[in-house]
Amino acid sequence: MRRVAIIGGGHTKFMFNSPQSGIEMLAEASMDAITKSNLKPKDIQAIYCGNVLGDFSEGQGMIQSYLADDIGCFNVPASRFEGACASATMAIRDAFMWVASGHYDIVLAGGTEKATAMGTSLATRTFAMFSDGRYEYPSGINFPGIFAMLAHLYSSKYNIPLKKLKETLALVSVQSHFYGMKNPHAQFQKEITVEQVLRGFTVSSPLQLLDCCPFSDGAAALVLASEDVAKKLTDKPIYFAGVGQASSGKMSAQYKYLPRLRAREVSVKQAYDMAGLEPKDIDVCELHDCFSIASLIAAESLGFADFGKAGELWEKGETKIGGKIPINISGGLKSKGHPIGATGASQVYDIVRQLRGDLVDEGRQVEGAKVGLVDTLGGDGVIVNLILKAD
Amino acid sequence: MAFKIEYKLSHKAYYDALKKGKLLGLKCKDCATVTCPPKMTCQECTGTNLDITELSGKGKIATFTTSYVAPLGREVEAPYTIVLVELEEGPWIMGNLIDIDPAKVGMELIGRKVKFGFKVFPGDLYSAGEGVRPLFSFAD
Repeated sequence: MRRVAIIGGGHTKFMFNSPQSGIEMLAEASMDAITKSNLKPKDIQAIYCGNVLGDFSEGQGMIQSYLADDIGCFNVPASRFEGACASATMAIRDAFMWVASGHYDIVLAGGTEKATAMGTSLATRTFAMFSDGRYEYPSGINFPGIFAMLAHLYSSKYNIPLKKLKETLALVSVQSHFYGMKNPHAQFQKEITVEQVLRGFTVSSPLQLLDCCPFSDGAAALVLASEDVAKKLTDKPIYFAGVGQASSGKMSAQYKYLPRLRAREVSVKQAYDMAGLEPKDIDVCELHDCFSIASLIAAESLGFADFGKAGELWEKGETKIGGKIPINISGGLKSKGHPIGATGASQVYDIVRQLRGDLVDEGRQVEGAKVGLVDTLGGDGVIVNLILKAD
Repeated sequence: MAFKIEYKLSHKAYYDALKKGKLLGLKCKDCATVTCPPKMTCQECTGTNLDITELSGKGKIATFTTSYVAPLGREVEAPYTIVLVELEEGPWIMGNLIDIDPAKVGMELIGRKVKFGFKVFPGDLYSAGEGVRPLFSFAD
C-alpha cells in the first residue's frame, strides 16, 4: 500500500439552528479544504462522506451526489457512509484505502449533519435508532440511556462510589469547556464549573445535562492524497500511520465485556499494529466523549489507563496540554459540538492541525505533537480509530 | 437434500411467546451457551445447532437508568426505568422495571433479584409495527 496524507481541511462553525442546509455546510467545508490544498474541484477523483439523519432532518437523502455536483466535482463517484456518530471516520478510513491501493490519487472525505432542525423529541427518537430496534428500543432506550447504564455499571464493577465518580465525570466536562472556549469552531465557548455540572437537570440517571454533548449542526472535510502528490502540494503533509475499524452487536449482547466496549479494543489494536506504535507513543488524542463517562471508558480501551482508573487522568490534569496524554483539546464533542455525521472529520481536522503546529494562535497547541490518535464511536456498535503522523 | 437457511427463533415468534408470558432463548447443542434475545447464530461459538428453550425469566439487575427525556411519541412514559438483567441462564436482556418510583432508584438496585413480565410497545412511524419488552418486578 502507498503512504497517504491529509493535505488540507475545512470546518464550519458547529452550532444550534444553522441557517444552512447540510449540503451547504459540507460544500463550504469541502471548498475550503480543496482551496487550502492548492487544488480545484476538477482535481477530486472521488468523494466519501458521512451523513446520518439528513433523511429525517431535511428530507434529504443521497447528499453525497448533490454535494459533488454543488462543488463542481461533476460525475465523480460519491459515497455516503452511515455508522451513526462514527460515519465520517468510516468515510475517511475508506477514502484512505482507495488512495493507498493506488486506485485514486486525490479524494475528498468529510461529513455533515443538521440535527437540531429535528427538535429534541424527534432527534432523541432518531438517535435511538442506533440501538437495537427490535429487542431494545421497545424498552425506551435512547442515546444517553446507554451511557447512563454504563456509568452505573462502571461504578459497580470498579467499586467507585457513584458520588465520587460523578465528581470525576464533572471534571471531564469542565476540561472540555476550558478548551472549547479557545476553539472558534466550538458550539459552546464558555467555561463551566464542577458545581454547575452537578446542579444540572438529570437527563438519564446518573447523567446530568452537562455530562451530555449537545445536538449540533455542522460539517468538516479533508483532502487526502498519495505521498508523491501530497509532497508537491504542501510542505506539511500529515500521514496515515494506522487505521482500525470494528463492529459489535446490541448492548445486552456485549455483556461479557461491559462497561468495556470490546470493538474499540479490536479496532485500536489494528491501528497500533499497523502503525507499529503503542499508547505511550501518542502525543495527542481526540476521543469520543459523547457523554462524560464515555471519555473514561474510551481512554482505558485506547491504552492510556488501567480499567477503572481513567478518572485519575482527568483528576491529575494528565489530559490537559502538558499532561501525559492531552485529550480533546478541541473541546471534544461536549463543548465543540457533535453534528454526528461530521464528528469524525472534525476530530481528524483538529488532530491534523495539532500535528501541523497550527494551533499556537488559538492557545491550544500541544507543543511538538507528532503522533495523534482519533477515536470515534457510533451507537453501541461501530468504532473507528486512525493514527496520524507528521514526518 | 434441499437445505433452507432460516431463523430458529424470529423476533415475531419471540414476541408472540413474550405475550404469552414465556421468555424464549436459544440453547446451543454444541457449547451449551444460551442466547437471548435470539440471533441467527450462537453468541458464543457462532454455531447454528440451536434449540429453542424456555428461560426461567428470573435474574438480577446488572445496571439501570431512569430516563427523563423520552423519544418522540413516548413523552408520556417519562420518567421510566430501564434495566439490563443478568438472567439465571447467563445472557443479559434489556427491559423496564416496575413497582418502584423511577425518580427514587439508586445503586442499591444493582444485584436485586427480579422476575419477568411483559408489556407491548404499540410501535410508531419508524418501528415497522409493535414491539414487546420485558417488564421486570422485584422477586426478593
